[in-house]
Amino acid sequence: MNMLTVQNLIVRRGGATVLDISELNVLQGRILALIGPNGAGKSTILLTMAGLLKPDQGKIYYHGNPIDSSASRSNMRRSISVVFQEPLLLNASVYKNVALGLKFRHITGSEVEKRVDESLEYFGISSLAKRSAKTLSGGEAKRVSLARAFALKPELIMMDEAFNSLDPPTREGLMEDLRHILEKTKITAVLALHDREETLRLAQDVSVMDAGKIVQSGTTAQIFNQPDSEFVANFVGTESILEGTVNSSSGGHMAVSINKKAIEAVGDCSAGQKVYCCLRPENVTVSSQSEQIHGKTSARNVFEAKVSKVIRQGFFYKLMLDCGFPLVAYITMPSYEDLEIAEGKTVVASFKATAVHVISREK
Amino acid sequence: MELIIQGIIKAFDLIISFDPEVMGITWLSLKISGTATLISLFIGISIGTVVALTNFYGKRLIISLINTGMGLPPVVVGLFVTILIWRNGPLGFLEILYTPSAMILAQTVIATPIVMGISLAAIQNLPPNLRLQILSLGASRLQMVWVLIKEARLPLLAAVMAGFGGVISEVGASIMVGGNIKGYSRVLTTATVMETGKGNFDIAIALGIILLLLAFFVNLILTQIQQRQNPR
Repeated sequence: MNMLTVQNLIVRRGGATVLDISELNVLQGRILALIGPNGAGKSTILLTMAGLLKPDQGKIYYHGNPIDSSASRSNMRRSISVVFQEPLLLNASVYKNVALGLKFRHITGSEVEKRVDESLEYFGISSLAKRSAKTLSGGEAKRVSLARAFALKPELIMMDEAFNSLDPPTREGLMEDLRHILEKTKITAVLALHDREETLRLAQDVSVMDAGKIVQSGTTAQIFNQPDSEFVANFVGTESILEGTVNSSSGGHMAVSINKKAIEAVGDCSAGQKVYCCLRPENVTVSSQSEQIHGKTSARNVFEAKVSKVIRQGFFYKLMLDCGFPLVAYITMPSYEDLEIAEGKTVVASFKATAVHVISREK
Repeated sequence: MELIIQGIIKAFDLIISFDPEVMGITWLSLKISGTATLISLFIGISIGTVVALTNFYGKRLIISLINTGMGLPPVVVGLFVTILIWRNGPLGFLEILYTPSAMILAQTVIATPIVMGISLAAIQNLPPNLRLQILSLGASRLQMVWVLIKEARLPLLAAVMAGFGGVISEVGASIMVGGNIKGYSRVLTTATVMETGKGNFDIAIALGIILLLLAFFVNLILTQIQQRQNPR
C-alpha cells in the first residue's frame, strides 16, 4: 500500500530545475533508500516529501489525500519525523531536546517522561539524559537527534545521510541499532544514503537518483543485481563494467566478445548487439595456475590474469586484474597469503556465466 | 591634581551619604533608560526576527538601514524627536516635550535599531536547517519562532547590554527633549554636563563614577545570566 506518493514533482532553485520526479511511492511498512551522488537531489526530495519545501509543480498524496494547502502540510508534518544530516540540537539538556516534539504536540506529564525514557533507551543513551546537548560527541548527538524523532512515534521517518561524518565504529554501532529499531517499531522509513554498504544493510527498496531525477527504482536485490544503466551499475558498485559485442546467442546462453576474448553469459540479446557486461568483484574467484591445471573449477569463464594492482581494504584485498580486459576481484587475507599474490604475478580468474549481468548499450 | 583628588573624595562622600538629590537623579536615569531598553527589546527583537526569517524584495536594503541605525547620533535623534513633539509638531498634542516621557521616547528610538540589528544577526546566525528541523518536529509557526528566539538567547542578551549601554550613557537627546529640569527630568548624564559647565568638578566626578558603577552592575548581572553554563 502506498503511504506517500509524489507525481510530476518539479522543484526549481534560482532558475535551475533541481528536482524533476515523475513518480515515487513510499510503501507502508517498508524501508526505502534514496541513493545517488552528492547534488542528486536526495535532500531536496526528502524536504519536499516531508512538507517542508513547497514544490513548484506536482502533486503529493499522503494516504491518498492530496497535500496542497498549508493546513494539510502541517497536518502531515505531525505524523512524520525528519532527521537531518547535522544533529541540530538545542542548547538545552538531552532530555529537553528529546521532549521537544512532544511539547509542540501539547503532550504533557508522565506521557512525556515515558516516551522520552523509552526513546533514549532504544538508542542506548539513557545515561545522557541530564547532559547539556552542547557537550556531546558527534555520535552521541546523532543518537539524540534520532531519539528525538522516534519519541514522536511517527508513521513515517525520513533521514538525510544518517551516518555522515561519523567514525567507522560509531557508524557501525549506530547502523546496527537503527536496523533493530526499524525492525522492531515497523515504522516506514525513507533514508537518503550514498553508501552501498548502508543501502544493502538497511533498505528493502531503492530508488537511484541522478541530477534531480530517479533513474531506477526497485527492490534492493533488483537494483544491485540488475542495474539497467551504466550509471546505476557504477553507483551500486559492480566494479567491472566491460564493453563488448554479442557474438552468438542461443537458448539463453550468449558469447560476448570483449577485447578479442570471449565471455559466456546468460541472457538473450541478439548477435551483434553492443552490451556492457557487469561483474561484481565478489563473484570472481582467484586461484593459482597449478590449481587450474588440476581442473578445480566448474566456472564457464576461466582466464589467465596478471595482477596489475593490489589495494588493501580492511580485512580483504581488492585486486585489479588484467585478463586482456580489466577485471576487479576481492580476495580474503588467507587466500592472499596462500596464493602469494604480488603485483605482476600471473593468476587465474574464473567466474560463472550466471554472474555476468549484461546491459544492452543502445539504451 | 588636587582638584581631582578633592573631586573623588567629594564623590564618595555623596555616594556614601546617599545624598537625596544624587539618588533621585540616579533612580530617574535607571527608570528612563530601563524603560526605553525594555520597549526597544519588544520592538527590536520582533522586527529583527521577522526580517531575519522572511524573504522579501529589498531585504538587503532594509538590513543596511537597520545596521546604519545602530550608529544613530543621539543629537540627531534629539533634533527629530523635538520637532515631532514640538507644540505645533505632528505629535504636539501629546504635550510631552521636556518630560521624562519624551526622554523615554528618544532613548527608545536610539536603542531600537541596536537591539534590532543584533537580534537580526543572532537569528540569521542559527543553523539554516534548524527552522526546518523544528517545523518537522511538529511546531506551529509561532512555536518555531519562540524556540529560535530562546536558542539565540546569548547574543540577544548582548543586544540588551548594547541597547542599555547606548542609552544610559547618552546625553544629547536627553538634554534636548528633557530639558534637564531639576528634580524632574535631570539624569546622570545631563547633570554631569551641567555641573562640569558650572565648574563643580567634584559633583561632576561623583555623577560620572555613579554612571560607570551603574553600567558596570547592570552588565555584570546580564553577563552572569549569559555565561551561566547550565542549560535551563
